[in-house]
Amino acid sequence: MPNLELIQALSGHKGIVWNVSWHPQGKIFASCGEDKTIKLWSKEGQEWTIKTVLVDGHQRTIREVAWSPCGNYLASASFDATTAIWDKKSGQFECNATLEGHENEVKSVAWSPSGQLLATCGRDKSVWVWEVAGEDEYECESVLNAHNQDVKKVAWHPSLDILASASYDNSVKLYKEDPADNDWSCIATLQSHESTVWSLTFDKTGERLATCSDDRTVKIWKEYKPDNQEGVIVTDRESVWKCVCTLSGFHTRCIYDIAWCHHTGFLATASGDDIIRIFKESEDSDPNSPTFDLVCTKLNAHSQDVNSVRWNPTGNKELLSCSDDGEIKIWSFSSD
Amino acid sequence: MTKSVADNVNPNIYEKESEREKTAADFDEDVEDLFDEREIFDLIRNINDPEHPLTLEELRVVEESNIRVDNKDNTVVVNFTPTIPHCSMATLIGLSIRVQLLRALPSRFKVTVEVSEGSHVSEHAVNKQLADKERIAAALENKNLVQIINQCIAAA
Repeated sequence: MPNLELIQALSGHKGIVWNVSWHPQGKIFASCGEDKTIKLWSKEGQEWTIKTVLVDGHQRTIREVAWSPCGNYLASASFDATTAIWDKKSGQFECNATLEGHENEVKSVAWSPSGQLLATCGRDKSVWVWEVAGEDEYECESVLNAHNQDVKKVAWHPSLDILASASYDNSVKLYKEDPADNDWSCIATLQSHESTVWSLTFDKTGERLATCSDDRTVKIWKEYKPDNQEGVIVTDRESVWKCVCTLSGFHTRCIYDIAWCHHTGFLATASGDDIIRIFKESEDSDPNSPTFDLVCTKLNAHSQDVNSVRWNPTGNKELLSCSDDGEIKIWSFSSD
Repeated sequence: MTKSVADNVNPNIYEKESEREKTAADFDEDVEDLFDEREIFDLIRNINDPEHPLTLEELRVVEESNIRVDNKDNTVVVNFTPTIPHCSMATLIGLSIRVQLLRALPSRFKVTVEVSEGSHVSEHAVNKQLADKERIAAALENKNLVQIINQCIAAA
């Protein structure tokens, strides 16, 4: 029987824990929340403990933290309208750059796979793309105003500089840079959810995207490239993204986060019903109409809303979750 | 609020409910005391309307019959009825009810606050905003707004 076994429950934050982020090597993770602090955790013997607490970077709730692909930088997005970049060049973690530009709450931050670009989004309905211009220097490359409500989450394609965003306007949008004029623009709008889209995650190929929503469903989207074998009509030589699967009837409240493990293919969801669920694509799944099976349900994973889930990037099936209840939990998933 | 004229300058005012009658079971330690609709109503009936020196009960914005409690599923649903369909204070009233219940109820409860069906022109938009906990969390970091909400719920 597939099972999600609790390894350890970690307390330390005061109030809501909004987000957790694994370091790329999977031996450290960062957490953030309502208490305006970032905590860095690592293992001492068998126990996960707080190694470092980063304070004074932000004036308000820290909504999301993200490690750069090289693992040397940590970005934090805050309701105080700024995004901070932390590193430990001096020997200990310090904030060495602050990205300003959003009018109010920044809700998400993500590094591109090369680590050369950063994306942020927020309540001002905009998505910003930043370029790493040099040591502690970041320049705004583009401000994208494609959504007409606040933007909840940004995520990059796993290998290309393609950006995706999820919004309160119920849609998901994809962006890329036009090499002709170096201008970023929206290349696709994914519409099917019936309420706020809270999060999104690419699969390891980047040709599929999973999204989760306040409408209590998960949707799987597939990319159809120009001249695709299936005969899906593509205009302007830009890929078309189609919703090929909807997972409904599982969670009973808003689904706040979703994570697609690039090693195992397992999809984990975090919901306001306090439950973590894990889905897996069926063996005989048709790529144009895939089927996913619910393989594990962790009832009362937390005592309140589960805000985030993250698979260990090494593929060891460790899963991190965090909650309104102030706790972070580390789980070990066994699939058989 | 700096607005000098209220949306609804002359609202209907209704009778207040009498106090809840105490029964022997209320004092029996062996009887499990579950939350009921009346208890939720008692928590929110004395919230002040942001525009009038009147309570939400007196304006019939909240009524016991518009509250549902499920102790098994740990859910509380409150429907409130703005006095007029274009009331610009609807979100603030909803927020006050939500904050009062968040502070008063055990954290296991999932609280939903919505305008009663058909009672507001922006029903869907107001409900969506009140259901978005990230927006609520951000709003509650706004000191001016929290001060206004605290004034509304001070007597509750």
